[in-house]
Amino acid sequence: MTTAAETIDPAEGNEPSYLSATKGLRSWLFTVDHKRIGIMYLVAVLLFFMVGGLLAIGIRIELATAPGDFVSAQTYNKLFTLHGAIMVFLVIIPAIPASLGNFILPLQLGAKDVAFPKLNLASFHIYVVGALFLLYAIVSGGLDTGWTFYTPYSTSTDTSVIAATTGAFILGFSSIFTGLNFIVTIHKMRAAGMTWTRMPLFIWSLYATSVIQILATPVLAITLLLLTMERWLGIGIFDASMGGDPVLFQHFFWFYSHPAVYIMILPGMGVISELVTTHSRKNIFGYRAIAYSSVAIALIGFLVWGHHMFVSGQSMIASAIFSFLTFGVAVPTAIKVFSWVATLYKGSIRLTTPMLYALAFLFLFTIGGLTGLFLGTLATDVHLHDTYFVVAHFHHTMMGGGLIAFIAGLHHWWPKMTGRLYSELWGKIAFVLVFVGFSVTFFAQFVAGTNGMPRRYHSYDSLSPAMRDLYEYWQSISSIGAYVLGVGMFIILFYLIHSLIRGKRSGPNPWGGKSLEWETASPPIEHNFHGHPICKHGPYDFDEIDHQGA
Amino acid sequence: MSEPVENSVTGHRFLQHHFFTARQQYDSAKLGMWLFCVQEILFFSGLFMAYAAVRFFYPETMLAAHEFLSVPMGAINTVVLLTSSLTMALAVRSAQLNLQKNLKFHLVITILLACVFLVIKYFEYTHKIHAGMLPGKYYAGEGLAGSPWIFFGLYFLMTGVHGIHVIGGIVVMVWLLIRARRGDFGAEYYTPVENVGLYWHVVDVIWIFLFPLLYLVK
Repeated sequence: MTTAAETIDPAEGNEPSYLSATKGLRSWLFTVDHKRIGIMYLVAVLLFFMVGGLLAIGIRIELATAPGDFVSAQTYNKLFTLHGAIMVFLVIIPAIPASLGNFILPLQLGAKDVAFPKLNLASFHIYVVGALFLLYAIVSGGLDTGWTFYTPYSTSTDTSVIAATTGAFILGFSSIFTGLNFIVTIHKMRAAGMTWTRMPLFIWSLYATSVIQILATPVLAITLLLLTMERWLGIGIFDASMGGDPVLFQHFFWFYSHPAVYIMILPGMGVISELVTTHSRKNIFGYRAIAYSSVAIALIGFLVWGHHMFVSGQSMIASAIFSFLTFGVAVPTAIKVFSWVATLYKGSIRLTTPMLYALAFLFLFTIGGLTGLFLGTLATDVHLHDTYFVVAHFHHTMMGGGLIAFIAGLHHWWPKMTGRLYSELWGKIAFVLVFVGFSVTFFAQFVAGTNGMPRRYHSYDSLSPAMRDLYEYWQSISSIGAYVLGVGMFIILFYLIHSLIRGKRSGPNPWGGKSLEWETASPPIEHNFHGHPICKHGPYDFDEIDHQGA
Repeated sequence: MSEPVENSVTGHRFLQHHFFTARQQYDSAKLGMWLFCVQEILFFSGLFMAYAAVRFFYPETMLAAHEFLSVPMGAINTVVLLTSSLTMALAVRSAQLNLQKNLKFHLVITILLACVFLVIKYFEYTHKIHAGMLPGKYYAGEGLAGSPWIFFGLYFLMTGVHGIHVIGGIVVMVWLLIRARRGDFGAEYYTPVENVGLYWHVVDVIWIFLFPLLYLVK
């Protein structure tokens, strides 16, 4: 763990920080302190982020040239499956809620801890067990179904499907427990004076996320149970030869997994609301609009799963309704984007590293959202379905949205979590590489996709020379972008680790934030606050700070 | 949330450090349990949707296959579970009124009724297994047209997952009984009894839906 940081003394007072209050490995692994649990989640998430990222680099090396010369077709299938499964289940879903959220949510509410600290620890242990199952699946034959486990392939392939579905099943409960804990904490643990409309918008977005986690994840659990039974006992419900229906699996799976994409993006939207205000010294434009649109996204998000099945033999009338509802979910998303842009208007924008990522989010996530409308339109989806356009679209939302927001939030709260400042110069250098690398990688895939290049093929050498050359041109550009992106990510890793050892000490409030987490020491003391904090103003009342010449 | 009050005013010995008052801790635990129950309902809703889809595909097979389930046994089990819900509710009431003997008595009866439910279920399962009325590729029954193995797959899965919840209920009720014997519960503090009660009622309600859907197909 962060051994170097454990020696840091708190910035103020004599009470030791949460990092040095108790010592030893056991004091971490069996802690009930939400801050330590958040840090352990953070370490785990970053570790798997690196693994998932390296798998992606493997995919990009293969696709840079048309022949399947780097890995075999089977290995390629395993590469993209594991990249997807690790990134979705082990990285993006827990990234913001379980690591940053666990750390920041009680601080922002002015609480000493989450409502159920032991359940919080259990959720981390369950996460580790689930991750071990997924890792076991990798070493015991891999997984080649794609992260979606579509039947009938997932019931007939030789790879370790049951180990992987068991892992995902277990991880689901980790996610449910975090969500349950957050909802109760938000309802019952708010500090005196913290009304619902004085809560930071990050809390609102975590609330909406938690609602989805509780309502959708159990359905994934039962879906994976049915799939496991299908594979193990051959119960036949998804097997057409036994009278079952493979498309039924898709309905089940996407009933969870479409809301799950909002589990991945909503916390990111919350982070952005914190950043565009704090780093532009402006109150948020449309507090209620942003807060309620989070809840609206959570609810409408349950009604759009059918847009994954426009070409799966779903009835036309169902497709038309799902298409309409898909446009509907874009409305609250757009409300948020416009509100953030309006917040920036005439603000004192400081281009700090977290703010740069927040601005990148606005740009990249908007591209991801608008290209989603192409896919939600019935006629264009027939052309674009299962092409690289889809890959580029969901990477713009999941990575350009979810993970960029995670990195933004990590930089924003890093001084609070560790008590150290990282190098702004290296932060900006890495940002340029990440932003340029990402944009090049996935812009190229948009072009390849609109030209009809299907996803999930490991070799495209046997096409007509014209198509082959066209695809190879864009795929090689995409690979170069991915390498640049990878370099940027490693620079982030290095300067963050460096900051733990050599970084300057941070004061309690390096960004001049107004929400409660900035009113305690960096890093916070074990019980978060001296005495009981009282919330006297909204989270974004910046006027007085500007007068002090911040 | 109410204004912070010092622990000593309204606290009890199970008050955790991060709560201000016993009331806040009680409310939190109860809200948490309700959310857990919501999660349980959604978990089973997946199975109910699978049932709805299969019944929509094969109504005749469903009608014919359900004849092999024993309505009397299912009905007895329904009565057993409903009675256990009553005794569970009485256990909660006993804890609230600080009636220690009644609390332990009602918990024991609830546990026994849960065991009776499982024993009856065991006889039902053995009968199905002997008749070859098994899920999917293990199906060896005769005299049913269509794909009855899907019905039996769902039957075993739905009642099996429910049965696991009954076993889970027995485990937590035994834990309650141990704590009750230690004298942990009373009018001051009965949150765990009430929350296990909530869980038990959910398990009961799910059975109330399973019974007509599986045993009383029309």
